[in-house]
Amino acid sequence: MSWGLADVRVRRGRVLALDGVTVPVGRSGVTVVVGGDGAGKSTCLQALVGLVEPESGTVRRPPKERVGYVPATCGIYPDLTVAENIEFAALAYGVGRGERDRRAARILGRTGLDQALRRLGGQLSGGMQRKLAVGLALLHSPELLVLDEPTTGVDPVSRAELWRLISGAAAGGTAVAVATAYVNEAARGERVVLLESGRMLASGSPEEILRAVPGAVGVVPGAAGGVPGAAGTAAGAGTAAARPARWWRRGPAWRVWAPDGELPEGAEPAEPDFDDAVMIAALAHEAGGAR
Amino acid sequence: MWAVVAKEFRELRRDRRTVAMMILLPVVLLIVFGYAASFNVKDIPTVVVGPGARQAAALLRAPFQVNEVDPGAGEPVARDRLRDGRAVVAVVTGRARPLVLMDGTQLFSVQTAEGALGRMARQAGAAAPPVSLRILYNPGLTTSWVMVPGLAGLILVFVGTLITSLGVVRERQAGTLEQLAVMPFRAWDVIAGKIAPYLIVAALDLALVVVVGMGLFGVPFTGNPAVFIVGAALFLLVTLGMGVLVSTVSQNQGQAIQLAFMILLPQVLLSGLIFPVSSMAAGVRWISYILPLTYFIEISRGVMLKATPISALWEPIGLLALLAVVVLALAIARFRRDLAPGAGRAKARAAAREVTPA
Repeated sequence: MSWGLADVRVRRGRVLALDGVTVPVGRSGVTVVVGGDGAGKSTCLQALVGLVEPESGTVRRPPKERVGYVPATCGIYPDLTVAENIEFAALAYGVGRGERDRRAARILGRTGLDQALRRLGGQLSGGMQRKLAVGLALLHSPELLVLDEPTTGVDPVSRAELWRLISGAAAGGTAVAVATAYVNEAARGERVVLLESGRMLASGSPEEILRAVPGAVGVVPGAAGGVPGAAGTAAGAGTAAARPARWWRRGPAWRVWAPDGELPEGAEPAEPDFDDAVMIAALAHEAGGAR
Repeated sequence: MWAVVAKEFRELRRDRRTVAMMILLPVVLLIVFGYAASFNVKDIPTVVVGPGARQAAALLRAPFQVNEVDPGAGEPVARDRLRDGRAVVAVVTGRARPLVLMDGTQLFSVQTAEGALGRMARQAGAAAPPVSLRILYNPGLTTSWVMVPGLAGLILVFVGTLITSLGVVRERQAGTLEQLAVMPFRAWDVIAGKIAPYLIVAALDLALVVVVGMGLFGVPFTGNPAVFIVGAALFLLVTLGMGVLVSTVSQNQGQAIQLAFMILLPQVLLSGLIFPVSSMAAGVRWISYILPLTYFIEISRGVMLKATPISALWEPIGLLALLAVVVLALAIARFRRDLAPGAGRAKARAAAREVTPA
């Protein structure tokens, strides 16, 4: 049996925060919910753990004692030490002393927090706080681990460590749901749900999402200044100016999406990657054509 | 500078509670406290006993309000009435010099009664019968004796309401309340867990205040400590419940402090700590009757200074218990909503289904 949301609608005041969103969270796998600010990622996860009540749809989750959750605010006690935070989480979930010490030692060793046992939660760096929070959520070996933007504002090394923890949990049989605003992290998931303004733009495995990219993607390397078409450099001025929203910059190059498969003049065909897929899903949504 | 002024006004405009505090509160406080703040005692509950009770009662004029005339009773009944708070002045007749007993815990009433007796004697001239005056429980009319039992309660309102509310709001601000909500706790576990430490600290605080009050100011403790403990425990539950209640309607520590202050101030002025409740205008006196400190002061002064037995304190104890139930029930209901927003309403939404296999 898998956990997750099926066709869930959540209203926050007058705003429809989630509109028919489905987030399957399979056992032994990572589901990544990707979206920008205000896309509804946190609401999704809050509905999954029972913090917000859906207006309609189905939520499947294990009982509370078998869920691990890290809110976007981290959820560790800033005025308790690392060791005291661990002790509280263990007591809350009824993890016995021996088991607690064994699991805590493993998690602390993996996260490098074993050197910071006596430091207050509030004195840890942002990355260490996130690692502690994920470690605490894993302490009772939950069936479902729900992490709200665990890597936001974290340095690349700590981010890699966090993902090692998350992947390790999934490999150990835990169903994991992770929200992130970093598109490149979506490819780490077994399943990905793209959200925008509370609606699903795309859903499936990263490969499925890539395969489903409509039209063609092109690249205009090294074009300086504004949109190539508008500047009249690489692509015909008329073509690009008519569709300025379909251009975006990545590094030094411009990328372009042609829904009809006909790339503008000067654009080299490119194999879409996951970043492109997300951008194209958003552009297609903006244009009014869902996916 | 103007940029800062404009920014400050914009921020202030969005913080409606602070604006209300700044504009409305002073006006409300002025009106309420203007009517409440009065040292003029107009009615002094009086009991007259002994064979000449009827004649003596007929002589007594305002501010003496004779509630009971019992020619068959003697001094012990008169003392009981004072101890139990039924009367502030008791006149015992049937002896060469009528004995006037006064409850020294009611400072302003006693001062007014002494003045009124003096005036009556001057008006009657030589015809006035000489009376013996005895002030009970606080013969020296020492202010600190009356204030310390009340101040102990006031300090507890402060500690209980403010510190508890800050404790819960801190969790909300740190985001750990959300974490608590998904942990396998019942709402009641969380509330009891949050309140218990403050209850213990506040109880120790109370004991400390009473002991220091007795040591430094010589305040006696004449009654049964068990009665005091019962009253104090109920009072603490009310104040801690108010703390939780304040926290559920406050998003940050600033708002919690504002609200706690709004709860604290009326208790300073309207609970009978400073101004006698009986001299307040009827329009504001009802506020006194919903303040827990009013009842705690009655209990603490009664037990500490007058050895009032529990049989005479059932009313304030019962009302404190009622307040405790109401405040805690409200606090729990609101706190539960914070912890589990969907709880209780999920059933009403047939379209939503939450599946949690055992």
